[in-house]
Amino acid sequence: MKSLKFLLPLVIFLGLVWFLMKGLSLDPREVPSPLIGKPAPAFALAQLDKPDLTLKRDDMLGKVWMLNVFASWCVACREEHPLLVEFARLKLLPIYGLNYKDERVAGMKWLASFGNPYEASLYDHDGRVGIDYGVYGVPESFVIDAKGVIRYKQIGPFTPEAIETKLIPLVRQLKKEQGNG
Amino acid sequence: MADFFIKGLALLCLALSLSVASANEATPVAADPVLEARMLAIATELRCLVCQNQTIADSHADLAVDLRQQVRELLQKGMTDKQITEYMTDRYGDFVLYRPPFNRLTALLWVGPGVLLVAGLTVLVLVLRRRSRMPQDRFDAEEPEADEGPQDPRAS
Repeated sequence: MKSLKFLLPLVIFLGLVWFLMKGLSLDPREVPSPLIGKPAPAFALAQLDKPDLTLKRDDMLGKVWMLNVFASWCVACREEHPLLVEFARLKLLPIYGLNYKDERVAGMKWLASFGNPYEASLYDHDGRVGIDYGVYGVPESFVIDAKGVIRYKQIGPFTPEAIETKLIPLVRQLKKEQGNG
Repeated sequence: MADFFIKGLALLCLALSLSVASANEATPVAADPVLEARMLAIATELRCLVCQNQTIADSHADLAVDLRQQVRELLQKGMTDKQITEYMTDRYGDFVLYRPPFNRLTALLWVGPGVLLVAGLTVLVLVLRRRSRMPQDRFDAEEPEADEGPQDPRAS
């Protein structure tokens, strides 16, 4: 036993290395949302392209849907957008856009030039609804079930892997729940 | 004559202060210094999620500006400081608090440094006690020849 004592510093060192390695793979920007498993905050917002039409949270009850926060000034949104357009073609669930702290004309132009995957877009000019949803880095996406409960939050742009391994299985599961319930 | 000059200066000052006041019109709430002080007190306890090492009071990020305004409005509605911090943690989680509450997830964070300190002190005390129990002839620094280690070549 005593002869192995000289290994102790090495063991401590390896432990330290493990912690530091682990630290490298963590993303401090990904703050777990306290909203998961809670009812989606209420909103009543005018649509981006139809200012006189409002959409409320309760209009969405009864269906599984996704809220995607985007803005024309957001660079990462541009990266994510083609993936969303493609995903929307699968028609797995309706996607609603939340045009966050943007100008109407800029937002509409952006959708016209990059494609519009949204059923409708909500216009959150002053970012109030964004605050209620705890948005801090655009793009963000929320998957909301038929009972209006937030089930998943994607912080930052979706990647093809995230869509394949997280989003699609979750939507299938939620639709099954909806069928049973 | 001097009187006239002073009056003119006073008028000029008044005019300037009025123009400054109108420039601030976009945020009329900020005019209340008591409210502003309370807002800053709350904001210095909140982390800005966009620039994570700054408080909401320090940060110039868009979101921090919005959240400061939000805190002002909540204060105006008569919410207490505690209700406002709850409002923030409901949306952004405990991470927004610069002083996170003690719970299962943060236990290591709060207790860890203390545990490390106690462990270090224990090891130190153990080592010192063992040394004090060693016979005196283990420490013969006066006679390097008795040592088995390398010796200074100039000494021989």
